[in-house]
Amino acid sequence: MSGSSKLDGENAGNSLNPLEETDLPQWASDLVLIAGIVVATYAMFAIIGLLTGVGLNETVGFMRLVTFFAAVYALVVLALNLHWGYTGMFNIGVAGFMAVGVYTMAFLTASPDGSPAGLGLPIPIGVVGGMIAAGLVGLVAALPALRVRADYFAIVTLGLSEIIRLALLSGSLRSVEVGDTEYGTGGGSGISYTPVDSVIPWLLERPIIGFAGDQLFALGDMVGIESSIIQSGLYTGVLLLFVVAFYLFLTRIAYSPFGRVLKAIREDELAARSLGKNTDRVKITVFVVGCALMGLAGILWMGSQSRVNPDSFMPIVTFYIFVALIVGGSGSNTGSIVGAFVFAAFLWQGPRFIRSIVRANVDVRAPQTIYDAGVELAAGDPLPLLGYVIGTLDELRFVLVGVVLIVLMIWKPDGLLGHRKELAAATDLSRRPTATDGGDTDE
Amino acid sequence: MSDSEQTAESEAAATPHQAAESAESATERTGRGPVDDPILRVENLVKHFGGITAVDGANFQVERGSITGLIGPNGAGKSTTFNCITGVYDPNDGAVVFDGTDITGRDPHWVANQGLVRTFQIARELPEMTVLENMMLAPKNQLGESLWRSVVPIARREVVDQEEQLRERAWEMLEFFEIDHLAGEYAGNLSGGQRKLLELARALLTDPEMLLLDEPMAGVNPSLEKKLLSHVHELQERGYTFLLVEHDMDVIMNHCEHVIVMHQGTVLAEGDPADIKSNEEVIEAYLGGEI
Repeated sequence: MSGSSKLDGENAGNSLNPLEETDLPQWASDLVLIAGIVVATYAMFAIIGLLTGVGLNETVGFMRLVTFFAAVYALVVLALNLHWGYTGMFNIGVAGFMAVGVYTMAFLTASPDGSPAGLGLPIPIGVVGGMIAAGLVGLVAALPALRVRADYFAIVTLGLSEIIRLALLSGSLRSVEVGDTEYGTGGGSGISYTPVDSVIPWLLERPIIGFAGDQLFALGDMVGIESSIIQSGLYTGVLLLFVVAFYLFLTRIAYSPFGRVLKAIREDELAARSLGKNTDRVKITVFVVGCALMGLAGILWMGSQSRVNPDSFMPIVTFYIFVALIVGGSGSNTGSIVGAFVFAAFLWQGPRFIRSIVRANVDVRAPQTIYDAGVELAAGDPLPLLGYVIGTLDELRFVLVGVVLIVLMIWKPDGLLGHRKELAAATDLSRRPTATDGGDTDE
Repeated sequence: MSDSEQTAESEAAATPHQAAESAESATERTGRGPVDDPILRVENLVKHFGGITAVDGANFQVERGSITGLIGPNGAGKSTTFNCITGVYDPNDGAVVFDGTDITGRDPHWVANQGLVRTFQIARELPEMTVLENMMLAPKNQLGESLWRSVVPIARREVVDQEEQLRERAWEMLEFFEIDHLAGEYAGNLSGGQRKLLELARALLTDPEMLLLDEPMAGVNPSLEKKLLSHVHELQERGYTFLLVEHDMDVIMNHCEHVIVMHQGTVLAEGDPADIKSNEEVIEAYLGGEI
């Protein structure tokens, strides 16, 4: 797809003359690929939105939301790709590790006077603490779980994730009195804490950033975009920086001997062990790192909320993350980002955009049941059916996700970018010693 | 590990790394009597699976620098013995000593890092990695196998340097086995024989002292078999020791200096090929009465 893989499948036999290859390095063409998909999608939404009369603010707000979901999904999907795509560890407890991160962060930063009370620490400490806690829970899970076979490992992670969620929900941990203060998980109502995106107003009070921010708000005012959209857009921008950081970190892992061992574990663990690789150590390391990243991703995801409760961490969340990874192509970091974006734009937010379009143009009312809609359709009025579909769109998305998965499994089982050869090495392997012209690398 | 050490190590693999004399003495050896310089000693090895005793007190030694064959009828315990030696199974009793070190019950990766590396009866290539990636996985003590070195910018520079050296060795090895034209192909797309070659080439990149080959000729066509055998002999001259399980009697009789016959979990006989050929017990148990 990107055309930059020097060892492309069909001509692998004779393409090993790297000196004739003149195209972009892999990372650059990947960037072009991601940017191309994103820009094309936004242009499409913008044109459709403006042509169908959705309005500037709603269209921009929609794109902001797409970007937000694409970013948070990209964070978790990248972390999951490290587990599943690279190492073949079937972790279906993603939501649980996110919950540990978010709850730890909430506990550390919540006000000491709150109910339940927290420690009132600054946000950065909360974020780092959340990551460490998620990593530690990952370690606790990994030690026994890695002794079992792959499919049982999946069950262990799912079980753990549900144990975490139910423990957070349970009455006995709801409120625990220590000294004179009521600590605890808050049960079903959760913990309220300082939202992470409160760093944005803080940043806007700093000298230089504040000035830039003022210009941005002024510009938005001129074009007619509400400042609340810009404010949340800035937090989304911070998320994008995290996506870039995750991507760079994980790509470094992917293109390294460490990443090679990960792939070898995925392909055949006994073969890797027989070549002298301590796969247990590597698997535990990777599991802990991946869980810590999931914890961080969870914190950033819930970052614009000031309250967290266990309902945010249902197993379905893990399922969506897997869908995004499968759509993009597991085993590829670029694919993970593309998958997260496609999932957020088309499967998650896309249907809502259609609803906006319909509502902007047609005055529809939703009948009670699909039967009522059918009756009216038979009477020659299709609008009630449309209204019904629009009204139940959030539920119909499940159907859409299912259909897309089935189609994808039939037509592109490897996902959009899963077929690519991304060689796990810190240097360009195709450069033969005889043909080499010095020690240059494409790190 | 310093750079100079690293270079020394990588050179060691590319060039003959054992004294030529040990290879010489091995070829001159008659194969009778006790082994003069054993690299591998298997002592009273026992392995049960439930009620079945797969290996029942196997005892043998492998001479340094030799090509030793391990034969026996199906169910004789050859593969189990292999798995006990290489740490895949934990033996119930007995000891395995490799190059003076007790390796009984150690993990496979630990055994491999001692210089005792195996291949498998059904080649275990890493199918969705290219041939070159398969090769690059093998070398020991890669700096980049630690997470932080692969990620932290300055430390990564050393990783890249080492990768360039390893790449050179990987290509040389592929050329030696004449599969360099397949370097960019997924290993899973290779033919059965090519996978066997890849597995042997990959095992060699770990700088082993000794190679355990489990049916290296199974599923290999005659011309490739010839090539594989010539590679084995060439490597023997460089000082490597081979222990191979094989069912092809021609290979055993013509290419091994010493043959160990297993039957019902124990060593039935051992000696040079000619002795084995004329051993009544062996003929009875394995060769089906006549050859």
